[in-house]
Amino acid sequence: MKIEGKAWKFGNHIDTDLIIPARFLNTSDKNELAKGCFADLRPDFFAHAQEGDIIIAGTNFGCGSSREHAPVAIKACGISLVIAKGFARIFYRNAFNIGLPLLECQEAVDDIEEGDRLRIDLISGEIINQSKGTRYSATPIPEFMMNIIKAGGLVNYIKSKSMKGGVHH
Amino acid sequence: MSMNITEKILARHAGEEHVKPGDLIQVKVDLALANDITAPLAIKVFEELGRNEVFDREKIALVPDHFVPNKDIPSAQQVKLVREFANRYSIKNFFELGEVGIEHVLLPEKGMIAPGDLIIGADSHTCTYGALGAFSTGVGSTDLGVIMATGETWLRVPETIKIVFNGELNRWVSGKDLILYVLKCLGVEGGIYKALEFSGDTIKELSMADRFTMANMAVEVGAKNGIFEPDDKVTEYMKDRGARDGVYLYSDPDAHYEKIVNINTGDIYPQIACPHSPDNVADVNEIGEIKLDQVFIGSCTNGRLEDLRIASQVIKGKRIAKGLRLIVIPSTPWIYKKALEEGIITTLLDAGAVIGPPCCGPCLGGHMGILAEGETALSTTNRNFKGRMGHPESKVYLSNPAVAAASAVAGKIISPEEL
Repeated sequence: MKIEGKAWKFGNHIDTDLIIPARFLNTSDKNELAKGCFADLRPDFFAHAQEGDIIIAGTNFGCGSSREHAPVAIKACGISLVIAKGFARIFYRNAFNIGLPLLECQEAVDDIEEGDRLRIDLISGEIINQSKGTRYSATPIPEFMMNIIKAGGLVNYIKSKSMKGGVHH
Repeated sequence: MSMNITEKILARHAGEEHVKPGDLIQVKVDLALANDITAPLAIKVFEELGRNEVFDREKIALVPDHFVPNKDIPSAQQVKLVREFANRYSIKNFFELGEVGIEHVLLPEKGMIAPGDLIIGADSHTCTYGALGAFSTGVGSTDLGVIMATGETWLRVPETIKIVFNGELNRWVSGKDLILYVLKCLGVEGGIYKALEFSGDTIKELSMADRFTMANMAVEVGAKNGIFEPDDKVTEYMKDRGARDGVYLYSDPDAHYEKIVNINTGDIYPQIACPHSPDNVADVNEIGEIKLDQVFIGSCTNGRLEDLRIASQVIKGKRIAKGLRLIVIPSTPWIYKKALEEGIITTLLDAGAVIGPPCCGPCLGGHMGILAEGETALSTTNRNFKGRMGHPESKVYLSNPAVAAASAVAGKIISPEEL
């Protein structure tokens, strides 16, 4: 699976209150949630994020509350991938469950700048920075998680396998 | 092979003799819970799966506690959706206003959690139940929707960090100060994906309320769960709550830990988490003069009867500072009633506090006490992220309830000793 888009750069410890403040949580409509995405941190995000764009962030991305509204809002803004130095546990699960892929790569995060054009191969974990002409390699996504992404999220994955008793290994 | 308490509970629920850190396991869930924010998305997932029935109508708890009493029309719609779902599937444990409290205080109080249980909740503070010797962790709505259908989920067995407390507690030091001190030592990333096991001689002396507070904030270091080995205090707590007996599990003496952190509680004084991170922690005497606009005593961290009791002892016969707002929210109707009977509510009202109905209140900046631009609050809650309780340019400090009460009187952050 190949992804192409422009980088939006964020710092360390971006918590779920920053991703979507609680005042936007009185709905589960993803298009409404998108309007609250980074509403206080980067008020221009919703209006300017484009289909395919990629979030670049530091450590502990998505820490704090379990609100799945956070990855839902990010995805509904058109974001195709988040590359970070590390993710908080619940956010990591939630993102894959709703079909938003995540990659961990310290080198890429240090080097990529806001607005860089990126091309990523999700299967191999290769990240190409077309603006700088550089390459980085991320830890590839485990096969089981990649299958969830290919299906478009955990619900579709379970339905497509029509498995009794949930997900097995 | 030897295991610690977290590994033993996970192994039992996976039907395995033995599990070790890193294993991916499929576990049976004893209780699945969601609130008014997370349940609607989970219900959508459940419905997309096309099931006709939930896995067990007695093992699901739906607790609208975040934006209740419904703060606006969309919130009312969300709770309505949850109510209709509960009715449609005859879900026994749906709690309406009047019987609803904050999920993580209410469910143990109702006897719904027993030692050795495995509880999954669509709320990050689900880790609170570790105080009863249970494994509990937070997930998002999709995971919870699938669990409502199947009664199972997958987990990665976490590495465990053991935190050993020894020594006497200094005056005014509570479970809140111990966990804030742990945050200071480990940092907000120090426990990502891991289990925290709290032990040591000091723990034996701690009340259940203190232990709930500590397990509650395990997620603030990124941990999957926080846990205590069950003891007589757990048995005492379970008594009269109609709970199942549960299974008392203990870590083997030679159980494996990734790391052991030894803490001498004599080093711990009342702790304050400063803006904008719960690990930005200092002693109350180190932070200089911090003037306050609002103080909040409540939440799943510190809204229990013991918390209100100590706040009322500190504040008795005094008035809060002019211009300061003190908001107190008992976490459940039972706590509210007990606080009335003990005269706690009268003491707080006389001091100038406003008392809110049991709910999460201003903790997450939803309603009932939102901060304006440039305002500063001291709160007994668990998170002080930027903008958490209101305007992005407001500030939140975290403390225990005694410090919060004393500071409400002083109009600035002080130790109760200075009052």
